[in-house]
Amino acid sequence: MHEYSIVQALIGLVEAEAHKRNATAVHTLRVGLGELSGVEPSLLATAYETFRECTICAGANLDLRAIPAQWACPRCKLPIVRGAPLQCTNCGGPARLVHGDELVLESIEMEVTKR
Amino acid sequence: MCEDCGCGDAEVVPVEVQQRILVQNDRVAQHNREHFFERGVLALNLMGSPGSGKTALLEATARLAGSRLRLGAVSGDLATDHDGARLRKAGIPALTITTGTACHLDARLVHDALHDFPIDGFDVFVIENVGNLVCPAIYDLGQAANVVALSVTEGEDKPLKYPAMFRAADLVLLTKVDLLPALPEVRIEAFAEALARVNPVPRILPVSSRTMEGMSQWLAWLDALRAASRAVESRPLESRPVVTHAH
Repeated sequence: MHEYSIVQALIGLVEAEAHKRNATAVHTLRVGLGELSGVEPSLLATAYETFRECTICAGANLDLRAIPAQWACPRCKLPIVRGAPLQCTNCGGPARLVHGDELVLESIEMEVTKR
Repeated sequence: MCEDCGCGDAEVVPVEVQQRILVQNDRVAQHNREHFFERGVLALNLMGSPGSGKTALLEATARLAGSRLRLGAVSGDLATDHDGARLRKAGIPALTITTGTACHLDARLVHDALHDFPIDGFDVFVIENVGNLVCPAIYDLGQAANVVALSVTEGEDKPLKYPAMFRAADLVLLTKVDLLPALPEVRIEAFAEALARVNPVPRILPVSSRTMEGMSQWLAWLDALRAASRAVESRPLESRPVVTHAH
């Protein structure tokens, strides 16, 4: 259950960003979560619900964007069929992950005072 | 509030961040990496299920190469010092990191342990992670390579079930192959086939810490990795990775 330590790190990042901008509240967090990030979306959501109380995120929705894994040959650009061996069917070279390992705080909607 | 321009009113603004959530761990891991690099120590993150044979592998490594390879270790354990004690008995200076309820090591835990445990003089330093195929995979510790121990009794589909762990493996040691005669349905090729579906550069090495089968290939892999990192060290300063080391 490392999702709890992920949430702590996430809330720490949000607090730092909010502090930088003198935000008074945070409304929404957008998090990109790759299929191969090693983090389970439902467990992360549960951990967030538990930990957000008494933090700047207390009233903030967690908007999770699931990112499927996609592998392709870096040379031939040929995508690898899901579940197939991760070698290019054309040149035999090793595939590279195009996306799917993200564990990223993408954006925050926060309330600030107009200047 | 100002009635003319609305200054002082609250407004909701979107802020682009695009930051890895584990950025703080990544920073400390990079710091650890510099520690290892500066001292010419090859650091490995050894992962695998509980009971996959991680500690036994290190004991066997010390038996075979302890005289020519200076080995050191930290061992992550939820509650006991058993693994650390086994390693010390095998001649490997070792420290236990007690993680309590935490299911993995992170870069900070390793960093703090290294403050009490000088790593100078080791050729190979093994960070034996908490037995777990899920959580340790996502925390960079500052290692040069990931080694995953997978025992033959765990099932051929484990790489498919734990893709994040096996994708990150630079080497999979298929342990306890001395048990294969008792397991006629288990095929080494099936492990390799599963690994190739989650890891683009799959390397799998069948080993036994009991019969020492495969152990010389494991040592050859270690030697090759050490030679490769020494090649980096002997490069002129300007072509080396940037080391910005501050406490």
